Amino acid sequence: PKEKAPPVLPWRDGSPPAMPKEAKTQQPRFYPADDLPAPKEKAVQNLTKLRESITPGTVLILLAGHFRGKRVVFLKQLSSGLLLISGPFEVNGVPLKRVNQSYVIATRTKVDLPALPIGSIDDDYFAREAEEAQGEEGDRFFSGGAKATSTTSEKRKADQKAVDKLLVDAVGKVEMLEAYLQAKFSLSKGDKPHEMIF
Amino acid sequence: LVYIAASTMGYTRFVEVGRVCLVNYGPDSGRLCVIVDIVDANKALVEGPRSVTGVARQIIPFKRLSLTDLKCDIQKGARDQEVAAALEGADIIAKWESTSWAKKLAAKKKRSNLSDFDRFKVMIARKQKSRIVAAKMAELR
Repeated sequence: PKEKAPPVLPWRDGSPPAMPKEAKTQQPRFYPADDLPAPKEKAVQNLTKLRESITPGTVLILLAGHFRGKRVVFLKQLSSGLLLISGPFEVNGVPLKRVNQSYVIATRTKVDLPALPIGSIDDDYFAREAEEAQGEEGDRFFSGGAKATSTTSEKRKADQKAVDKLLVDAVGKVEMLEAYLQAKFSLSKGDKPHEMIF
Repeated sequence: LVYIAASTMGYTRFVEVGRVCLVNYGPDSGRLCVIVDIVDANKALVEGPRSVTGVARQIIPFKRLSLTDLKCDIQKGARDQEVAAALEGADIIAKWESTSWAKKLAAKKKRSNLSDFDRFKVMIARKQKSRIVAAKMAELR
């Protein structure tokens, strides 16, 4: 059937009212049948915030782990957020090591660090080395529980020496600092850690 | 002014205009001030002056003051410039710093501000000192 013309309504001045023009919006040609959920904002991963008191060269007191109580030098923050420290190894036996900020007291003492060859050291440097393929399970049980003794790789030793050469020089410049790093921290009677300035 | 001989009364430190006191409680604790006027049995008007010791002109209870042996010559209600001039004239601050009381306070403050490295150095120094003393004692015996 023919399309009907819009009805002409009687109007005062005889002219019909203007038909409201439809707004021409940009409609997509296709859209999904169901409403899609709005995309969530991607969480931004920032590097763990480093305490203001910890800067390269700060002497830290380790509070946990095998080396608890030792005073070590902070070198840099790794991309995982952990702190890279070194004893230096010659001074107190602490190697290039990763340590968590939370298990550390930052002292006010700072060592004037020169440029150290630690640019290439990041978290993958400390990744566990892949174990050699073990024999059948039976072999392990019968071998009397002999485990392969872990030795430090030559690469680690070389890197340690390279860093410590410069670090020990920097430590030696300050009087008594080497002895300080050799000594362990401990609380004794009457000490109030919440009132002590480190 | 009080003219009572020490022999008649054991007291020598009196609450009077011009008495130099140490504030021992509150935000101004550890600072010197001068009694400028006495309000009643419990309170005094006190002034640092602020430019000299940091204590502003204020009414402070005697409970918060420790009297010292030092006294300066001012009129009751003196202004801060007059108090400052009187302190300088009598060299009160220098006299205070030379008393063992002030030295002990300074040592305590220094000790509380030592860092971990400083405490280590102090420990070494004490050990060295006791070594020297012990060696000397052994020698004398």
